[in-house]
Amino acid sequence: MLKEIKILSDHGKQFVPDLRNQPVSERFRGRPVISADITSVQVRSAATLCPTGAIDSSSGAIDLGRCAFCNECALAMPEVYRFTNDYRIAAARRENLIIKPGQNGPLRIDDASVRKEVRRLFRRSLKLRQVSAGGDNSCEMELGASGNVNFDMGRYGIEFVASPRHADGIVITGPVSENMAGALEISYDATPAPKVIILVGTDAISGGLFAGSPALKRDFIESHHIDLYVPGNPAHPLTFINGVMDLLGI
Amino acid sequence: MMKSNLYTEVKNGSSPVNISDIPVLDYGRFSEEVCTMLTEERFHCLSYFCYPAGEVMKFICCIADDGSGTFRILSHEQTGSAPLLSLTAKVYSMHIFEREISENHGVMFEDHPWLKPVRYPHYRADRQSVMDNYPFYEIEGEELHEVGVGPVHAGVIEPGHFRFICNGEKVLHLEIQLGYQHRGIERLFVDNRAGLRNALLLESEAGDGMRRALLAEDIAGDSAVSHGLAHAQLTESLALFEPPASLQAERCIALELERIAVHIGDTAALCGDVAYQLGQVACEALRTMVINTTQYWCGNRFGKGLIRPGGTNFPVTELIAGEILTVLEEVDRRYSNVVDCVYTLPSVLGRFEDIGVITRAQAISIGAVGMAARTCGVPRDIRATHPFQQYRQTPVTAVMQESGDVLARGRLRALEVKESVKIIRRLIDEWRKQSVESGQPRYNLAYRPDSLAISVTEGWRGEICHVAVTDHKGRLMVYKIKDPSMHNWMALALAVRNQEISDFPVCNKSFNLSYCGHDL
Ligand code: SF4
Repeated sequence: MLKEIKILSDHGKQFVPDLRNQPVSERFRGRPVISADITSVQVRSAATLCPTGAIDSSSGAIDLGRCAFCNECALAMPEVYRFTNDYRIAAARRENLIIKPGQNGPLRIDDASVRKEVRRLFRRSLKLRQVSAGGDNSCEMELGASGNVNFDMGRYGIEFVASPRHADGIVITGPVSENMAGALEISYDATPAPKVIILVGTDAISGGLFAGSPALKRDFIESHHIDLYVPGNPAHPLTFINGVMDLLGI
Repeated sequence: MMKSNLYTEVKNGSSPVNISDIPVLDYGRFSEEVCTMLTEERFHCLSYFCYPAGEVMKFICCIADDGSGTFRILSHEQTGSAPLLSLTAKVYSMHIFEREISENHGVMFEDHPWLKPVRYPHYRADRQSVMDNYPFYEIEGEELHEVGVGPVHAGVIEPGHFRFICNGEKVLHLEIQLGYQHRGIERLFVDNRAGLRNALLLESEAGDGMRRALLAEDIAGDSAVSHGLAHAQLTESLALFEPPASLQAERCIALELERIAVHIGDTAALCGDVAYQLGQVACEALRTMVINTTQYWCGNRFGKGLIRPGGTNFPVTELIAGEILTVLEEVDRRYSNVVDCVYTLPSVLGRFEDIGVITRAQAISIGAVGMAARTCGVPRDIRATHPFQQYRQTPVTAVMQESGDVLARGRLRALEVKESVKIIRRLIDEWRKQSVESGQPRYNLAYRPDSLAISVTEGWRGEICHVAVTDHKGRLMVYKIKDPSMHNWMALALAVRNQEISDFPVCNKSFNLSYCGHDL
């Protein structure tokens, strides 16, 4: 008993009280800022350098849906590319993941991009089924951490459940391997409508480093409406939780 | 490098060998040599694969000699498609390699007891073989029933299918079908066009080197440092590049931090599985402290971005070293209290003790590595037997357990965390003595042509082996990756035999094997 009390007192209070404004370490790579003065020569060399093709070769914009957050662009051209530690980078529209030169404001989900019934039905309780389809277990672990003693997204009624039958939507990680494509489809079909689809991590959003590998089969992603995109490699728990809160209008 | 007329001998991470220097044996001789070696406990197979080399199929086998701290490389060549007499029939631990060779290249092995698909790669020889027609082992019987679990599991974990044959509540047999996570990584290492979205990258060799460094971190995200390091070390070996001592120490610090974080996270999961909430939440919070330290260092909680060939983007500074030491001191103290409590609590011990036992003989026969081996008295730890990077100067002794049950696997983690904290302190002392900086990454290292290099690291799960073969222009021709899970999934299958099926989750968690590392 004494031992347990010792553990509890060491443990103290662990939960993050304000998930919107939790300080994270300075080096954490969240929302990038690209100089408005980027030259065409710089655009070209940045686009050549980026290992995932996330940098647009005509404008120099970064597509967060493709970015592996490796930091190489910022290291090579610190005067042009810089990552802030702003972790609120999820979006409801694919095109909103593209950060243009000169853009430097918070990324927020505009109400018009969210389906009406999503907020009406799930605002106070959203149960999700996670499906890993070629994920490397880092996004999966961060999603697990989203419910842990620190981040505790359960306080908003957001939770992962064991069965798709009990879920209001699915959360997909991984670039969607061909070998998992069938099971993904089945999991989605088993979830009662209305339902949401959330993509977590660069791999899920665009295939990431694996895009174009013959081992993938991304038809499911391409043929369904996606409600929320959560970038990262892996996506940070705070990015995921804030994204879902914004989606639900919490 | 040493030569005999049977094999070439190298050290971990040493310079590559000329392909033409590896003796080519006839298959009978090869088989005899390999089987004789592998009956001795000090040998185990790191990698066995084949690739088409002109007219012939070239087979390469790398065997670790824990006694002398060297790797032996043997080879044989085949023309035509005559079946080969299986090595597995004599040495069971070769089963997974022969299955892989057969699946990838259509090579047949006679007398292989279990020549089944491994992961259904997109380049498999037999396109008729698909996930849905996996040949499960069956037992007929009025009293028996089958339970299929997965690929999607109750928790937030990766997919895999488990097929149990049960007698009542008791598991008679478990067969694990994997492959769902296959992304074709080995091919992506070699082919810079397949899967390459950025066509501009083709213009620069450096870009490809960078892409591969990132790819290595994604083999298994929970082992980003271990796989990243195996790749960086391999690349440096191919380019005859010796990393500065400071860089070597930094890499080992990252590797130990990864081990500490995962082991503590696993302790949380084990407690969670037996509904011991205090242990679970306390460990969750401690894991967070450790991975946030990694994030403080390199901006990523899993250490992605940290390990690069030839140098680093995130050199350790005095500030970072200080932060690591401070956090670890606190974590070490608190974690010791937690495990002291967990592993003396009757309600926890009742669920862990004598559950999911692997015997020493079983571990040897299946070629178990890493934690799975060390928990039943088989001292396999690459840091100790085939030291790499700074471990060559800062030796490590393998932490051991004997009982082979869930409890042993839990306790081993507790002991290893303590040990890793000590190792990090020693590594930081070493790092402080260095005056040469760790240097910038080198993505354009030129690889030696017509060579084979082998690099092995000890991740938290066990040994990770990367092997590469270059062509006459020094381009990668073959890239083989072996995650410890390749061997250890069989340990899980054996561990649950004669257990209650309800003990499966806790057994599974106690091994915590990689799906994507296996499926690649
Ligand atoms: S951080 Fe993103 S945009 Fe920059 S080089 Fe890496 S993948 Fe490309």
